Amino acid sequence: MAHPRPEVAFAPWDDPEAKPLIQFKNVTKRFGDFTAIEDLTLDIYAKEFFALLGPSGCGKTTLMRMLGGFETPSEGTILLDGVDIGPVPPNERPVNMMFQSYALFPHLSVWDNIAFGLKRSAMPKDQIGDRVEKMLKLTQLGKFAKRKPHQISGGQRQRVALARALAKAPKLLLLDEPLGALDKKLRHETQFELMDIQETTGTTFVIVTHDQEEAMTVASRVAVMTEGKLAQVATPDQIYEAPNSTYVADFIGDVNIIEGTVEVPEKGAADTAVTIRWANHKAPINAYSDRHLPAASSVHFAIRPEKVAISSEAPEAANVVEGKILDIAYLGNISTYHVEVAPGMVIKAQATNNRRISRRNLTWEDHVYLSWTDTAGVVLTE
Amino acid sequence: MNWRGRLLILLPYTWLLLFFLVPFGIVLKISLSDIALAIPPYTPTMKDGLWTMLSGLDLENYAFIGAGAVFAAFLGVAALALLFRVVFPRVRRAMSFDARHGLFDSVAAALIALAVALVNVALVAAVLSVLFPALSGFIDIPDFLYFAAYLSSLKIAVISTFLTLLIGYPIAYGMARAAAHWRPTLLMLVILPFWTSFLIRVYAWMGILSTEGYLNQLLLQIGVISEPLTILNTNIAVYIGIVYTYLPFMVLPIYASLEKMDDSLVEAAEDLGCTALSAFWLVTAPLSKPGVIAGCFLVFIPTLGEFVIPSLLGGSNTVMIGKVLWEEFFNNRDWPVASAVAVILLLILIVPIVLFQRNQQAQREVDG
Repeated sequence: MAHPRPEVAFAPWDDPEAKPLIQFKNVTKRFGDFTAIEDLTLDIYAKEFFALLGPSGCGKTTLMRMLGGFETPSEGTILLDGVDIGPVPPNERPVNMMFQSYALFPHLSVWDNIAFGLKRSAMPKDQIGDRVEKMLKLTQLGKFAKRKPHQISGGQRQRVALARALAKAPKLLLLDEPLGALDKKLRHETQFELMDIQETTGTTFVIVTHDQEEAMTVASRVAVMTEGKLAQVATPDQIYEAPNSTYVADFIGDVNIIEGTVEVPEKGAADTAVTIRWANHKAPINAYSDRHLPAASSVHFAIRPEKVAISSEAPEAANVVEGKILDIAYLGNISTYHVEVAPGMVIKAQATNNRRISRRNLTWEDHVYLSWTDTAGVVLTE
Repeated sequence: MNWRGRLLILLPYTWLLLFFLVPFGIVLKISLSDIALAIPPYTPTMKDGLWTMLSGLDLENYAFIGAGAVFAAFLGVAALALLFRVVFPRVRRAMSFDARHGLFDSVAAALIALAVALVNVALVAAVLSVLFPALSGFIDIPDFLYFAAYLSSLKIAVISTFLTLLIGYPIAYGMARAAAHWRPTLLMLVILPFWTSFLIRVYAWMGILSTEGYLNQLLLQIGVISEPLTILNTNIAVYIGIVYTYLPFMVLPIYASLEKMDDSLVEAAEDLGCTALSAFWLVTAPLSKPGVIAGCFLVFIPTLGEFVIPSLLGGSNTVMIGKVLWEEFFNNRDWPVASAVAVILLLILIVPIVLFQRNQQAQREVDG
């Protein structure tokens, strides 16, 4: 999917000349018999906000701990600025980490927590004070400098942890589930704060999260992980719009996945056009695919519910399917309709509620038409 | 407050009154009496009438055992402890090498801290020597035995507390760092000795440490020594006995404070530039401090008045106040002097007990 991008767009991963800040080269990590990371190769560029996304146990935390120096790869190398950091201990890496538990030193004040790393560095004493004040200002913690960690709120603790990790101006900042302990509203605000701070400081951020919404919001690129492997590495919109597997499509957001087989293309059809037969006595799905798919191969067609239109009269569209409304999930701003299009086959369609509920005409058991264009969905082979 | 609340509080207070204050009052009264060949072996008693009894009380026994000197010495020790509190953080800071200070700077800082401490000690000594004529009456010691016993008890208690800490901290640290499924077993192994009688365990040490004991036999057999060592009936045996007996009291509070420490704190310290050693001194050590203090008091307080271990393992050279107290009561039958010794011991112990309570209180406030 080629998106027209403005010239200034930040996309070093598309530039073959760009030198990555971090390179994982065929990295494998085993804990006894268990393989946490399997033969993983990945480039992360300077100034990126890179998200590692996956369910718990997928190896995302292990990957981050290897960057921090708390685990060493069993095989393969990790390069930072072209230098193998495998043998470098955590205290000598230009990398700082913000821990999931924040790991603030309970016996030190906010000020001393932030100054902790600076005091271990070669920075002259008089500059430490200035740097700490700058960090306090950046994270709006000035009033709490003298407090101990147990005397401030969860959100403030999170900011202290961030300030402490940023104080040494690391080349790379690692964030392990940084917002996991905050409530939803605070989390949303903090996401934007994080993005602002990342932009102001120009530090490369690598964030680990299991929250796909969070990853999509903050990251310039997202790596979806499963069982120690990278399922897909791409920008949030590509991950959402053009997932490369049913796993990624299913993990990110809501999706309809329809199994089918590729039909023999009609004469005169475009090379990229694909028709998929998914049920007997039903019109095949018309879609496009960049890849050449041989006839009769089995594929999955994935389409997001918001790209499926619902109406009570037959519309003009590339794909139209008849069905019956089974269920309606009313979420306020949108409603999700569960429509049975064949016995046991339900397709979800989403519609924004731009009219008051009493004016809408769709209800349970209604006979409706679902429709989508031929570019709305993606054809997946895995 | 309603009557139920009062009643509930009344219970512990009555207990305290009956089993602490009343016996203490009796001992205090005896300590102010004079020795007599009678039953009970002191005078005056209630038989002489209340007024005669009260007017017959005096501080003679305290003067005899040199209570003033004991207090003066104790104050000196307290001053030293305070000095240690001031000096220790500086030494600790000097011990944690970092990029900014080289080894030389650290050693220099430690030496300067120690030098300052020595100057302070010298100043205190100078002030005391100026005041000496006025104080000499107060610290006059007619019988040096008691004063020596207090001092040697104090010395033994301090040294054995230190030794227990030296051995107990690594054990507690190892336990807290052990895999989670090992910890209950390790904890049980630490508590296991309590399942047998304290007396039997101390007797067992006699069998091990005596000239023909297991330890000497083993050392002779493997050829480390040619002559059996004399360990039993010396202070070394007393230290071994105390350290062995009180080790769990040191290990358990330190383990408790280390175990609840978040492992990621040490990782965070290393991430921010600490070496493993400086991370220990800057994070682990201060966070386990409440446990260390609690453990030290739990060993120090009972050791100061310890009677069984010095009388079974110690020799005639081992003078501890608990032993003197026993001999005064049962060999000399001098109840008034024995009571005076006991009262002074209690007064000395109140200070560490209060400090211990304050430490526990402060810890609860931080946790809560």
